[in-house]
Amino acid sequence: MPSEKKLMRGSDTLAEAAVRAGCRFFSGYPITPQNELPEYLSWRLPQAGGTFIQAESELSAINMVLGAAATGARALTSSSSPGVSLKQEGISYLAGQELPAVVANMMRGGPGLGNIAASAADYFQATRGGGHGDYRTPVLAPAGCQELAELTFLAFDLADKYRTPVMLLGDGLIGQVMEPVVFPDPIDPADLPPKDYILDGCAGRAPRAIFSMLLGQQGELYKHNLHLQEKYEQITADEQRWEENLTEDADIIAVAYGTASRIAMSAVEELRAEGVKAGLFRPITLWPYPKQALRKLAQGGVKVAVFELSAGQMVEDVMLSVGERAEIHFYGIPGGVIPTPADVIDFLRSALKGDGKVGRRVEI
Amino acid sequence: MLVRTQFAGFGGQGVLLMGYVLSNGAMLKGLNVTFFPSYGAEMRGGTANCMVTLSDKKIASPVGSQADILVAMNGPSLDKFEPTVAKGGLIVLNQSLIKWGPKRQDVEVFSVPLVDLAREAGSERAANMVMIGAVCAKRDLLPLEDVVKGMQAAMKGKDKFFALNTKGIQRGFTFAQTGK
Repeated sequence: MPSEKKLMRGSDTLAEAAVRAGCRFFSGYPITPQNELPEYLSWRLPQAGGTFIQAESELSAINMVLGAAATGARALTSSSSPGVSLKQEGISYLAGQELPAVVANMMRGGPGLGNIAASAADYFQATRGGGHGDYRTPVLAPAGCQELAELTFLAFDLADKYRTPVMLLGDGLIGQVMEPVVFPDPIDPADLPPKDYILDGCAGRAPRAIFSMLLGQQGELYKHNLHLQEKYEQITADEQRWEENLTEDADIIAVAYGTASRIAMSAVEELRAEGVKAGLFRPITLWPYPKQALRKLAQGGVKVAVFELSAGQMVEDVMLSVGERAEIHFYGIPGGVIPTPADVIDFLRSALKGDGKVGRRVEI
Repeated sequence: MLVRTQFAGFGGQGVLLMGYVLSNGAMLKGLNVTFFPSYGAEMRGGTANCMVTLSDKKIASPVGSQADILVAMNGPSLDKFEPTVAKGGLIVLNQSLIKWGPKRQDVEVFSVPLVDLAREAGSERAANMVMIGAVCAKRDLLPLEDVVKGMQAAMKGKDKFFALNTKGIQRGFTFAQTGK
């Protein structure tokens, strides 16, 4: 049965949703602004018969998750920007070994230790693989608590379906904000489809091994890479998700994800109330990026206005999607400050006029 | 309808709890709500604030450009957030601590002698409950019973505080409605 409606913090929502999605293993190392998430799981996972481990480091945490995934568990780790950087080696190994896991990044301001205010400056790292080697991870960007609950379920499903690490990309605001949430039906891990690759004892069957090092002379690594790329093509074809708001008749379409999309939507609503035809395109998967959907909207003289909590990262995917079909404007607020709808209203007005007062036009 | 309320004060004054009570009460009444707390290297004696947004429609941004209501529990909070209040908005002051009023002339000001009222309700520790009652009554945000329900949901498992807190909320309502 779905849960009753409850006011919950984003970090707690992710934690509760993970348990309900059948996750029974968590390992992480503390960092603000996502400490509520491990704190919640520290009592909730044991209650559900799962295992919670506060690791001695991020490296240890991601490798424990790798180990748990190798034995078949739905496994989760979470951190914030600098901690996720430390986990990149492990994420690359998960991708190479085709092991499913969910990695949550509640982004904070960077580079370096930065600060703990909401930021979205890890887009490149999240969507371009992040670690070494030719791999990608599906990246889901929730814009609020209810969606965070639903995308957490989806993250575990995609991870198992494609045997890949999946990233939930939030930020300090998504992690801290409280909103009413109704959780989907809980999943019993025993009801999940069996996995035919896991290391769970070989009594009565042939032994298995999980490698990421392929030294063979017969092109094993080459073949493995081709196989991975086929998988990524499949994900790109089947797993793009996005939301369109008031785009049908729009003269200007804001493009934003996560927290930035919430702020942009307030701006769009206020402009609509004044008769300005503004709309919002919100990518939910950042990789694969919903390129064709955005491309379709870029016609008939519409302007595209990209708003990010970074100095300009997603704007590159927008440029790849839109090309020269529409004017593209960009306004970014780098990590450390939370903007308000008024900032975005000024940007959208300026982009419509083309006066360059707020933000700037970007060209390929 | 969309109302944004900014609560601000010292850490330890129950500032976040006020917002949490309002948020729970509004949710139980069927409204949409977002609660966004400040977070940082803040602790007892530091500053604390949160913004609560209530609406009968879907809420886009949990942070607003302006607040319709500011609840200032101390002087520094008034100084910091006074400029962010919308024209025609409401500033509610903890009169027990704030001895100077806002400089702005284009807002409504409502001063609450918080410590006196809380003592009357039974304890100074109920001051934040008096305040949330007064704020909700002043702008008809929620009826008394929904604020009490919100308090009980926000403080689930801490039933021993319910009686005192309910008295505090009632005292705030009475003050806002009768001026005494």
